[in-house]
Amino acid sequence: MSSVDLLAFAQAVASGKIRVIDLTQTLSQEFPTIVLPPEFGQCAPFRIEEVSRYDERGPAWYWNNLSMGEHTGTHFDAPIHWISGKDLPNNSVDTIDAAKFIAPAVVIDCSQQCAADPDFMLTIPFVEAWEARHGRIGPGHWVLLRTDWSKKPYPQYAGMRDDGAHTPGPEPAVVKWLVEERDVHGFGTETIGTDYGQGQHFNPPYPAHFYMHGKGRYGLQCLANLDQLPARGAVIFSAPLKIKQGSGSPLRVLALVSGED
Amino acid sequence: MAGTRKSYDGVAVCVPVTIPYRRYSVNSAHWWVGRALHALTRQARLRPKDIDGLVLSSFTLAPDKPIGLTQHLGLSPRWLDDVPLGGASGIVALRRAARAVQAGDAEIVACVAADTNHVDSFRKTLSTFSRFAQDAVYPYGSGGANASFALITRNYMNKFGAKREDFGKICVAQRDNALSNPHAIMKKKLTLDEYMAARPIAEPIHLFDCVMPCAGAEAFLVCREETARSLGVAAIRLLSTIERHNAFADDPVQVRGGWAMDVGELWAMAGVKPDDVDFVETYDDYPVISMLQFEDLGFCAKGEGPDFVRGHSLTNDGTFPHNTSGGQLSAGQAGAAGGFLGLTEALRQLAGKPVGKPVPDAKLCVVSGFGMINYDRGLSSGAAVLARAA
Amino acid sequence: MTDPLVRPKRKDPLKRTRMPLAPPAARSRTAHGLTAAAAEGKFALQVCSDCAAVTYPPRDACPSCLSPRLPFMPVDNRGTLVAETTVHNSPEPYFRERVPWRVGVVKLDVGPSVVAHLHGDTVEGARVRLELKLDKIGAPVMIALPAKETPNMQDDPQLREMTCDPKFRRVLITDGRSAVGQAMAKAFAEAGSTIVFVGIADAWKPYPGMEALRRIERVEIVPLDLTDSESVAEQAEQNGGRIDIVVNTAEHVRAGGFVDRHGLTVAREQMDIRYFGLVRLAQAFGPVLRGRGADGVNSAAAFVNLLSVHALMNWPAYGAYAAVEAACLSAAQCLRAELRPGGVKVVNVFSGPLETEWFQTVPPPKVAPAALARAVVDALKRGLEDVFVGDVAEDVRARLAVNPKALEREISN
Repeated sequence: MSSVDLLAFAQAVASGKIRVIDLTQTLSQEFPTIVLPPEFGQCAPFRIEEVSRYDERGPAWYWNNLSMGEHTGTHFDAPIHWISGKDLPNNSVDTIDAAKFIAPAVVIDCSQQCAADPDFMLTIPFVEAWEARHGRIGPGHWVLLRTDWSKKPYPQYAGMRDDGAHTPGPEPAVVKWLVEERDVHGFGTETIGTDYGQGQHFNPPYPAHFYMHGKGRYGLQCLANLDQLPARGAVIFSAPLKIKQGSGSPLRVLALVSGED
Repeated sequence: MAGTRKSYDGVAVCVPVTIPYRRYSVNSAHWWVGRALHALTRQARLRPKDIDGLVLSSFTLAPDKPIGLTQHLGLSPRWLDDVPLGGASGIVALRRAARAVQAGDAEIVACVAADTNHVDSFRKTLSTFSRFAQDAVYPYGSGGANASFALITRNYMNKFGAKREDFGKICVAQRDNALSNPHAIMKKKLTLDEYMAARPIAEPIHLFDCVMPCAGAEAFLVCREETARSLGVAAIRLLSTIERHNAFADDPVQVRGGWAMDVGELWAMAGVKPDDVDFVETYDDYPVISMLQFEDLGFCAKGEGPDFVRGHSLTNDGTFPHNTSGGQLSAGQAGAAGGFLGLTEALRQLAGKPVGKPVPDAKLCVVSGFGMINYDRGLSSGAAVLARAA
Repeated sequence: MTDPLVRPKRKDPLKRTRMPLAPPAARSRTAHGLTAAAAEGKFALQVCSDCAAVTYPPRDACPSCLSPRLPFMPVDNRGTLVAETTVHNSPEPYFRERVPWRVGVVKLDVGPSVVAHLHGDTVEGARVRLELKLDKIGAPVMIALPAKETPNMQDDPQLREMTCDPKFRRVLITDGRSAVGQAMAKAFAEAGSTIVFVGIADAWKPYPGMEALRRIERVEIVPLDLTDSESVAEQAEQNGGRIDIVVNTAEHVRAGGFVDRHGLTVAREQMDIRYFGLVRLAQAFGPVLRGRGADGVNSAAAFVNLLSVHALMNWPAYGAYAAVEAACLSAAQCLRAELRPGGVKVVNVFSGPLETEWFQTVPPPKVAPAALARAVVDALKRGLEDVFVGDVAEDVRARLAVNPKALEREISN
């Protein structure tokens, strides 16, 4: 087999022939985090404490200490994150084969439907209709759900009401189908969480987590700029921090897109 | 009470010294004490080591006490006392020294009061004056003694009908007496109108009710009559003294001083009556206190002070010569020396050698001291009846 | 007649801010019996255990019988104003700036003559009542008030120096999410504060009472997250110069101690919101509050902490919470010392369990948020420093004073 010219690849990135789209939200204190019932442990929000800034605490340097949860901001979910994936081999961020952090993606656009309805549910027919236009979803692909939710101001982005979050997401059947019928790599969303906002009422609850992680697949959430990606052809770089037995981590998600797209 | 106290026969009070006052001084209290002792030895033609007794009164000696001054000034006294009683210091020092020379514990006792006055001395002295002042007076307007005596004055006016004009008369007369005193800090004549119109300090106390704090020293010697004769100095006789502290503690506001408790003894021991004296030196930190002394020393009844003042002229040539060198109100208050000022003036008048206007035929007088506003009233009081040498 | 306070005009930005000065602060150790009484709004003097004489100023032996047993006891505060003076001249900078200043001597019915500050409506010769207050430097002083309440009494300039009255001042309620925060906002609006800033973190999360809070007059909702240093600093930068009273209503209540707990996330949240939140507020608002303690009618006046009384003695049923409250109490004591030179009072308001959701299973007596808010406003009007609200708080305090060990055992059963 002929070797792949990686130098040419690097040069193509440098010259813009391959475009790099940053799918990551900036880690900041204001960015909403997942809110669980108060009796449960909560995900730590992102917090930053200045250590010094060219001052008496450190005259020539500026640096910060950080605190956050594994699932704060734009982040990666590993199978060990969910009870359904807890016993799978290589299921934590430090044991997942590093090659798995680079994978192709398909982008399913439901932004128009979501604009009118925060309770939009992704279904099998919707995906099949997408496939009719763009072709079958191949194995080992990320399925990224473009909702344009990342463009909303924070209150609507979080969509919290007195019965919980109202944000778009997949119904149980479509997740199961994507895993079993399409052998997908993982599921990625712009919203907080891969699941439908009211996913606690599904059977099983939180099916995107349940089925994906149950079958050793991954999750990406709080993505941005999905509207800049082609329906197919993007390659995602999504390497989480190598945290000991980590269930996930905030990370930089990059999409490489061919210049012609 | 008469007859139970030992007389002061044979005691001589002599060599009055005044070191001219300065409003502010960069010198220490030690310097002023030194000046007074120097003047005493010069005037009495003594060597310093001839002084074998020393009693010292000063507010500004810190961090020294009188013992430090013995080494500082090269003295080796066999009798040493510290009388930190403010305006009562003169009378009390005199009492201590008199008994010492009578008992032979000392031959020549120097009684010295001296204080310096730096620019911030006043505030510092006020703020650390006493525990009760710290806890219960100074936090209230920090008017110092001015506020405390304003309350005493006001209460006296309410109770006995005194008017500001009555206090003004005392102040004006003292100023007249001061005009001939070259050492007096206040040089200008004072009219009653000026007194009444002066700016308020703490109502009803106005500017001319207040002494001017300054730096200075007053001193005298106490010895036996034989010693005075051998020194060739005029010896003034001590006929009686009284001393009292924290009298009438249950009076809600001070309307009488300790003299009222022992005034009978004062005159009985002296063998004379109030009417017999030729002049009176009261402690005049505020004119109301002079008025209290007129009452408590027996010149009139309690509450009759205003009438007494209205009915007398208080100048050196008047019917009741009072504070004949101007008192502190006109001469200035050099700290503890304010408690000696009346004594040194009395010694001069009785010896016929006043620095200012003489009291005609001055043979007999009473000198009174008062001081130490610990909380809301002066705790210490004393008085002495002095007479010209026989 | 006390003139009613007039709402101050907007501050001239080109004018230098008057710097705080302190009245004389020194007091003897025994005199701190007065400090303790003034801090809680009590009137107490030394009463001889052996001969019942009431004595003042504070001292170390009875002037009637020389007994050393002179505990401070509550006594009747009524008396007569015997004489008064108005000080026009003072060498002490604090008073020099504030003359004319009225003081007088009051003869108390129980005996002592007391030198006291005078409220403008007291009349020489008339009956008065004495109160012990902490003055601008937090030292105990006597102030004579008219025997009966007079119109606009609170607005007397000498009295206002000793209180932290919310009237015409601007307040920051640090957390408006909770029932306590909302009750506090309402209480301060009613007390005449010109602006009631209410901090809300994570505005994207709705909360009960949101609409009613927005509708309260003079309430201005601002973003404030006590767990975020940048958020606190930003709020202080923007509004610090026009906040005179800070009321820290941030709360984090959970039942449970340590041994039966699993993991540290709740403990960290608790410390972050309560303790580090207080530290952030102290760092961000402390300097500007301290600098504005003498800045006119609406000068910086107070920093109010709402603390569990179990900061004083841990309640194991809510043990982790009580431990964090204890950390906050110690921090508040430090802050008190740091803000005092600026004439700003740190007010610690202790209460037992509240009528709020996380104390749901605790039996009464509990303190309602509105009652707590009233107690805070009242404490500020009276210039108190240590406040105990409700039966449980009073009870803990009383038992603590008698035998802390007994309390420790009783509270853990």
